[in-house]
Amino acid sequence: MPAGLDPDIFKAVVSTIVPEATAFDRQAWDDLEQIVEALLRGRPEALKRQLRMFLRGIEWLPVLRFGRRFTRLSLAGRTQFLRQLQNNRVQKIRVGFWGLRTIVLAGYYGRPQAAQAIGYAARREGWEALR
Amino acid sequence: MKRLKYDIVIVGSGAGGGTVAQELSPLCRAGLRIAVLEKGPHLRDEEFTGRELEMAGALYEDGGGFLTSDGAMTIAFGCAYGGSTVVYTGTSMLPPERVIHRWGVPGLTHADLECRARKFMAENNAHLIEDRLINENNQMFVAGCRKLGYDVQQFPVNIKGCRGSSLCNLGCPNQAKQGTDRVQLPNAERNGVEVVTRCEVLRVDERSLTARVAAKPEGAKGDPSGWEPGDYQIDAGIVVLSAGAVNTPVLLLRSRMARRLPQIGRRFTVHPAFIIVGEHARPIVNFVGHPKSYYVDFAESEHFVLETCMYFPFITAKSMAGFGQSHSAFMRAFPRLQMILVLACDDADEVNRVAIDRAGKPVVHYRFQRKAIDGLIHGAFAAAKILFAAGAMRVHMPVARETTIEARDAPRLDEIATRAEFVPGQTPVSAAHPQGGCGMGSDASDSVTDSNGRVHGLPWLFVADASLFPNSLEINPYVTIMALADRVAQRIREEVPALV
Repeated sequence: MPAGLDPDIFKAVVSTIVPEATAFDRQAWDDLEQIVEALLRGRPEALKRQLRMFLRGIEWLPVLRFGRRFTRLSLAGRTQFLRQLQNNRVQKIRVGFWGLRTIVLAGYYGRPQAAQAIGYAARREGWEALR
Repeated sequence: MKRLKYDIVIVGSGAGGGTVAQELSPLCRAGLRIAVLEKGPHLRDEEFTGRELEMAGALYEDGGGFLTSDGAMTIAFGCAYGGSTVVYTGTSMLPPERVIHRWGVPGLTHADLECRARKFMAENNAHLIEDRLINENNQMFVAGCRKLGYDVQQFPVNIKGCRGSSLCNLGCPNQAKQGTDRVQLPNAERNGVEVVTRCEVLRVDERSLTARVAAKPEGAKGDPSGWEPGDYQIDAGIVVLSAGAVNTPVLLLRSRMARRLPQIGRRFTVHPAFIIVGEHARPIVNFVGHPKSYYVDFAESEHFVLETCMYFPFITAKSMAGFGQSHSAFMRAFPRLQMILVLACDDADEVNRVAIDRAGKPVVHYRFQRKAIDGLIHGAFAAAKILFAAGAMRVHMPVARETTIEARDAPRLDEIATRAEFVPGQTPVSAAHPQGGCGMGSDASDSVTDSNGRVHGLPWLFVADASLFPNSLEINPYVTIMALADRVAQRIREEVPALV
């Protein structure tokens, strides 16, 4: 996994942020992880450490509220918990979630297969390709 | 450390640096040695693939992910041969008269700037594109605006041979956009200016610069630098800083001169922005054709400007609020999406500034002002009205509790999109117009340079980029940057005999 992220927690977060990822096969996960790895390469070690800690918090904090770890929650429960992070009154938590969400979206929508799946097909040839 | 000597060194090759390089290049024929030092790479034409993450990584500072110190806003700016002119959409706007008057810089007149701006608009082929090349994303914006009685205007764009790839912000894969990488820098090089890429200037001292040339990383795009990798000390008779509104103040803050210039880094503005997305019932032509052809200017009355736009999958996903099913539903509708960029006018203040951390790295402190938040909210409201007027079924609204708004709820927009829903760190805000930090003015107590970009008290040191703006320009800035750089170049030409 990129930057030593826990694979189970990371995949559960990805599948909550982009529900289509629940249908991923091994290759699709590898592609997504490669993108995330490239994004994090060369970033400060402190940032990667924060990301690992943030993910660990995501896994264990739901125990206090839902009595279960994040990876054991239903999709609705995971969505509810991530919304709490997104809308949290503490800006640092909101920003932490924002950073994680950005990495996930880059990994998912940075894949050519995702562009194809959503019907995005911009090409160098522009108008000629359309006609 | 290798030691070199030039008569004039220009740091940065974007709208400012590229312009100064061209305008000073005739001096090379008289025997002067001029170098442009550019931190980014020079890509070959075939390396512009239009692939989103690949091109962002190659052409933007921090891959396009440069964040403000609190992490609440992304600031995108170019880092390549040609600077941000490689990644802008080429929208070419004259400096607004009201803004230049409001700046009140002694010795700077709107008439002078406009005259110079027109010269570069002509040189870079800025023109209105033909109707047949306007795509539906833009046509629908016009239709929506006209229904609502908004004064919609067409952007002149500086393109030549545009094929409508819509990939402007990833570097034109057809070399159609006429940035400094296509016009001013090649002209300067033909006249004898040396452009050195992968060369990061670390600090500026009295008529001297310390720079580091990086080796080309394995697998990276672009040519290797013309200089050997390593550290350099470069002596120069004249130094021109054109590294942009983030990196030019940073260079000065790292130097001893900063003590005498308390305004360095101050009065930073950025035009904070977000997108409003509308979903139509049928596919529209959106990712083919020039993406940014029209705008509505509410800057004077309501502090925002609306511009057409069309982004790529990741940046669109990132720019929409929320996640999960509703977010994915909009993304799956990509061929049916219409997009509008809301750009707010912020004001220079005492809080928003560029600084450096202990390691000397750039830090941008930015707090959203009430005026800018109001601009974004009112702009979002107007953009949603345009999208519904153009026939959208639903709209994604980043400043609403439930971000998906159905057409039937359009009459309640003002209840749905409210100021309370703008939350830093949650509302997706980004910016691509960093300005200020080395503002022009009278003396060191109120500014960093005079109206010709000369740093107060340092006759050999000039600034020529958007950091010169003493306040927000309220419109896309590259033409104004070129006009100011032209003034700087003229002053340097006049003073070369005394300084070199």
